[in-house]
Amino acid sequence: MQCQICNKNDATIHLTEIVDGVRSEMHICENCAQDQGIAVKSQIPLNELLSSLLAVQPTDEELFGPSEKMTSTSCSNCGFTLDQFRKEAVLGCPYDYEVFEKPLRRLIKKAQNGKTTHCGKVPSKTSVGTKKQMKLITLKQRLDEALQTEDYELAAKLRDKIKKCETQSKTTDKKI
Amino acid sequence: MKLTDLSNDINEWFSGSGPLADIVISSRIRLARNLAGYKFLSRCSNAEKSQLLKKLRDVLMSLELGEKVFYISVDRAPVLNRHFLVERHLISRHHAFGKGPRGAVIAEKEFFTAMINEEDHLRIQVLKGGLQLSKCAEQINHIDDMIEQKVSYAFSPRYGYLTACPTNLGTAIRVSVMLHLPALKITGQIEKFFNAAKDMNLAVRGLFGEGTEAAGDFYQISNQVTLGISESDIITQFENVIIPEIVDYENAARNQLLSEQMDLLDDKISRAMALLRNAHLISSQEALFLLSHLRLGLNMCENMGASSPVIDTLCKHTRQGNKADKRQGISIATINRLFMLTLPAHLQLNYGKSLDATHRDALRAQIIRSALNQGL
Repeated sequence: MQCQICNKNDATIHLTEIVDGVRSEMHICENCAQDQGIAVKSQIPLNELLSSLLAVQPTDEELFGPSEKMTSTSCSNCGFTLDQFRKEAVLGCPYDYEVFEKPLRRLIKKAQNGKTTHCGKVPSKTSVGTKKQMKLITLKQRLDEALQTEDYELAAKLRDKIKKCETQSKTTDKKI
Repeated sequence: MKLTDLSNDINEWFSGSGPLADIVISSRIRLARNLAGYKFLSRCSNAEKSQLLKKLRDVLMSLELGEKVFYISVDRAPVLNRHFLVERHLISRHHAFGKGPRGAVIAEKEFFTAMINEEDHLRIQVLKGGLQLSKCAEQINHIDDMIEQKVSYAFSPRYGYLTACPTNLGTAIRVSVMLHLPALKITGQIEKFFNAAKDMNLAVRGLFGEGTEAAGDFYQISNQVTLGISESDIITQFENVIIPEIVDYENAARNQLLSEQMDLLDDKISRAMALLRNAHLISSQEALFLLSHLRLGLNMCENMGASSPVIDTLCKHTRQGNKADKRQGISIATINRLFMLTLPAHLQLNYGKSLDATHRDALRAQIIRSALNQGL
């Protein structure tokens, strides 16, 4: 696509502006954007980006994935709905991550560069059970990745580890 | 502690100390935390917010931080004081002008701030001058551990620390480095820096002023991804790869000015000096823009041995170091002070009352004239 201003370079910057509900698009090159001071303004913080994404009013399917007509579901703890999330870009309570897990996961994946599992600090008060659960989640994610890259040797090792981890949890559970 | 005790001087992190301080102004790490058993703030009543505020305030005020802390009731503070705290980077704009009961616990030397009832129940930050992310990380991790002894955080095995907005989920860490990149701007290469940052999933915004405009060529670069990557990996990447690369890039642009575009540099410095030493009305934006060129000239003189009749006049102090000579030139410390003390809220707080824009511009011009004409 050619730049709409100079009609020479490739358009690498694509702007969508919505004024009073009217949507207009502009495709321009880096040089013309710099001349017009547009590119600097495109550096907006992530929260604002998320709000603006939500403000464009995408359909539920675009935002949360197919077959997720959950706008009427509400959280029994805080009464929160996905419709409110669309307006406010923040959730109502920690349980919302469970209640709306499926539709949110797609959005989280998008916002977090494809990642959906925590890796890093864990509160010291976290129970042994939760820590094991975390280990299992990480192992399962690594298994998925190994299968996707067709690294079956690694996948087999990970499957053994998962089995071992699950057996250990059951034994511990019985002891408790 | 009164805010005017702070407003008369600049904060330690802006005083030009710390590693790579000519380009890296400061390093900051912020953690977002929510308490288990409470709703997120968007669903809390004012009574619930007050309860959270009291609980977290008591915890934070009792921490052994090795330095005195003071508390500010943000929702009750005068608007000018709130603007001041934002200018000082002690609280966010969102916190200053949000809704409902909220407060901030601030260390007297300003290395640490905790915002209570911002977007999350608790946001803690540690700030240091220059590139010192590992030290920031060590300190904030310790503070986080101390807080966690007294409260329970909302945490999920899959998603990590649960935050009101899914964009902070996981480690809930925001690593930010403040940079001064005037040479990249002057040589027209700043767009490349923006694009490189974007490709690496990093956010860039201005350090001073409202919105996204980077007044005074000060930029803040932060991580956007918080999930699926550990705190230490994010920090190592910033400290060992991203920031050194940007610093090299800015230094290359400075060398380019030195070897090929000395006239351009001289012109920027001369114009800045002429305007700053003579203007009687000057806006905050213009002052930041012009002071940035003086800061560049002084740093290039000190660190790269840049020399020309224009730079030599500017840097007499640095070059001669002769205390007996009254014609001492300008120091980087003076410029750093002017950057911060001429911001709108600093100006008014130090003057003792609110001023309209024209009076602020006049007072700002007067302070700058007096500082820059002294000793020349």
